Amino acid sequence: MAEFKKADSMLEWFDQRLGVVNFVKVMMTEYWIPKNINFLWAMGVLLTVLFTFLIVSGIFLLMYYKPDVNMAFDSVNYTIMQEVAYGWLFRHIHAVGASVVFLVIYVHMFTGIYYGSYKKGREMIWVSGMLLFVLFSAEGFSGYMLPWGQMSYWAAYVITEIFGGIPFIGDELVVWIRGNFYVSDSTLTRFFMLHVLLIPLAILGAIVFHFYALRFPHVNNEEGEFFDFDEEAEKYLAGNKKESKVVPFWPVFLSKDFFVLGFFMLFFFYLVFFHYNFAMDPVNFDKADGLKTPAHIYPEWYFLWSYEVLRGFFFEIAGVSGKDLGLIAFGIANAIFFVMPWLDRSPMVKPANQRPYFKYWFWFLMADLIVLTVYGKLPPTGANAWVGFASSMTFLVLFAALPFITKAEAKKVGGK
Amino acid sequence: MKEFKILAVIVTLVGITYYGIEPYAHHVMHPEVAPADFSFKTLKNVDTTLAGNVENGKVLVEANCIACHAIDAAGYPQMMPNADAAASYGVVPPDLSSAGRIYDKNYLANFIYDPVTAMHLEGKYTPESGKAFPMPAYNWMSPQEIMDIVTYLQSVTPKVTEGKEANKATFEAACGRCHDMKYAGIQATTPKDNLKAYMGATPPDLSQYIKSRGEHYLHSFINDPQVLLHGTSMPRVGLTEKAQEEVIAYMETIGDSKKAERETLGLWVMLYTLIFAILAWLWKRKIWSEVH
Repeated sequence: MAEFKKADSMLEWFDQRLGVVNFVKVMMTEYWIPKNINFLWAMGVLLTVLFTFLIVSGIFLLMYYKPDVNMAFDSVNYTIMQEVAYGWLFRHIHAVGASVVFLVIYVHMFTGIYYGSYKKGREMIWVSGMLLFVLFSAEGFSGYMLPWGQMSYWAAYVITEIFGGIPFIGDELVVWIRGNFYVSDSTLTRFFMLHVLLIPLAILGAIVFHFYALRFPHVNNEEGEFFDFDEEAEKYLAGNKKESKVVPFWPVFLSKDFFVLGFFMLFFFYLVFFHYNFAMDPVNFDKADGLKTPAHIYPEWYFLWSYEVLRGFFFEIAGVSGKDLGLIAFGIANAIFFVMPWLDRSPMVKPANQRPYFKYWFWFLMADLIVLTVYGKLPPTGANAWVGFASSMTFLVLFAALPFITKAEAKKVGGK
Repeated sequence: MKEFKILAVIVTLVGITYYGIEPYAHHVMHPEVAPADFSFKTLKNVDTTLAGNVENGKVLVEANCIACHAIDAAGYPQMMPNADAAASYGVVPPDLSSAGRIYDKNYLANFIYDPVTAMHLEGKYTPESGKAFPMPAYNWMSPQEIMDIVTYLQSVTPKVTEGKEANKATFEAACGRCHDMKYAGIQATTPKDNLKAYMGATPPDLSQYIKSRGEHYLHSFINDPQVLLHGTSMPRVGLTEKAQEEVIAYMETIGDSKKAERETLGLWVMLYTLIFAILAWLWKRKIWSEVH
C-alpha cells in the first residue's frame, strides 16, 4: 500500500485518496473548448440540465404513479395533479421537459449537420449522439403511454402495430412486444419498466459515452478550423488568454452556457406554467378506451416527420403495398442519420453556408422536415396525402443524392 | 449580431413548425362552428312577451307537472326513489326547483310546448325509431298558460348566493341526472343500467372534461350538442349563459383545481429565472472580457 502522509487540509486529504485536483483539471479547468463558438454550442449543457429536470421530476412522479390500467389514469390526473402538493408542477415539468428536450436535440443535431461536426475524426460523437436520439425517442414513446389516456392507448396501438409489417415474424413480434394480443395491462407494465429503468440506464451510459467521445477529436468551432489544442492550451496557461484559440470548460465555457441556459429556462418555465397543451394533448385527458377510436390519432410533435414518412406511401408501387413501402421508408428515415458521416463525401469541415453545394442540400432538408412535421399532424386526406407522398419522396431522394452532391463539391473545391 | 441572426433563423423555423402543428392543425381538425345562441331564437312556438300569472301557473303545475316532477323548493316532494323513477321513465325526471333560474325563459316555454324540438333531438325520436320522449308535449296549452307555468317556476326558484356552492348546485341540476363527476364524488342520480338503455351509451364522467374538451369547446357544446357532435343523444338542455358559466366554472374547480396556484407560482418562478439569467449574463461578460 502506498504511504500516506498526514494531510494538511481537507482538499489534500481527498486529493490523496481520489486525486480530486487532477480530476477537476481534466474535467473542468483544463478541459479545452474552442473560443470561436456561438450560443448553439450551449445545447449540450441545456440538454444535460433538461435531462436532470426529467430525472428529478420523474422520481417525484414515480412515488405516486400506479402502473395498472385501472389506476394509472386517476393516479396521474387526480392523485398527482390535484392531491399531492405540487404534484402538478412535477408533471408539467416532466411533460413539457420531454417535449422541449426534443426541440433542443433537434437544434443540437442540425447544428452538428450545419457545421459538419460529424466527420474527420468526430464520427463517434455523431453516432453516439444519434444513439441518444433513438433512446430518447423510446423513452418519450414509453412515457407517453403511462397516463393511460386515449392518445396514450391509441399511439401505443398504432406504433406497436408497425412492427407487424416486418416479414415472417411481424405478427408474433407485435404480440411479444405487447405481452398480449392487444394493448393491455401487460403492455402498460412493461413500458413502465422500460421507461423508468432500462431506457434511463441506457441513456445514462450513452451520455457518458457521448461525452467521452468528445475528448479526443475535441469540440468543433464556428469556422470548422483545425488547430493544435495542446499548443493553444499552453498559450492560455501562459497567460496569453486573448491570443489563445481555446478556453477552459470551467469557468469560461460554462459561464456562457449558464447565460444561454438562464434565458432558455425563462422560455421553458413559461411553457411549463402557461402554455403546456402542445405537450399535454387535451385528448389524453380522456381515459383510454379500446372501443372508442379518437377522430384523429397522431404521435407527439417530435415523431411527426418520421410518422409522415411512414404514411406518405399510401398506394401500391410495382406490386409492393403502400403499407410495406411506408414501413421500409420509415426504417430508412430512422437509420439514415446514423450514417451521415459516410454519406457526406466532401472532406470540407465548414459551416454549410461556406459549402457551395451542401448549403442547398441543408436548407432543402430543413424545409422538407418542416413540411413532413406539419403534414404528419394534418388528416391524410385529399391533397394532404399527396403532399405527404411528395415530401416523403423528397426526404429519401435528398439522402440518396447526398453522396453525389458532396462528391461533386469535393471536386469543385479541390479537396480543401 | 451574428448570434441574433442565428437566433432569428431558429425562432422562425420553430415558429413556422409550431404554427403548422398547433393553431393551423387544430383549425383544420376542429373547424369553427356557429356561435352559441343563448336566446334559443330558433324556438318560437310560444310568445314569451306575454306576462304570466303566478296563481294560475301554480294551478296548472299542480294539475300537470307534479305527478312526475318534484319541486322541492315549493313543497312538492319526489314521488318515488330515483331507482324506481328511472325504471318508470327511463331517466330520473328533474326536480323543477331550479328550473326557473337555470333554464332560459324562451327555452323553457318552448320545452313545455314541445320537448323534443327544444332539446334538438328530432333525430333520435323519429316515428320510425319507436322511441318516445317520456314527457309529453303540452302543445295543446295556450301560450298564455305556458307562460303562467314559466312565471310560476321562476317565482318558486330559491335565490342562491354566487360561488362554488351555487356552481355545484347548477351542475347537479343541469348535468347530474346522467353524468358522474368522480373527482367530486358525484354520481349520476339515474342508475347506470337505465342510463345506458335510455341514452344508448353510458354518458361520460365529466371530471376531466375541462381539460380534455376545454372551455371553448364546452361553451358551444353545452349550448347545443348537435352542432359539434351531430347525432349525439345528449339533449340541448337550454341553460342560460350565466348558468352555463356556473357549470363550466364548477368543472374547472374539480378538473383543474390547481389553476390559481399554477398561475401565481408561474410568475414567481419566471421572475426568479429572469434574475438568474441577468446575473449569468453579467458573470459571462466579466469572464469573457478576459479572453476576448
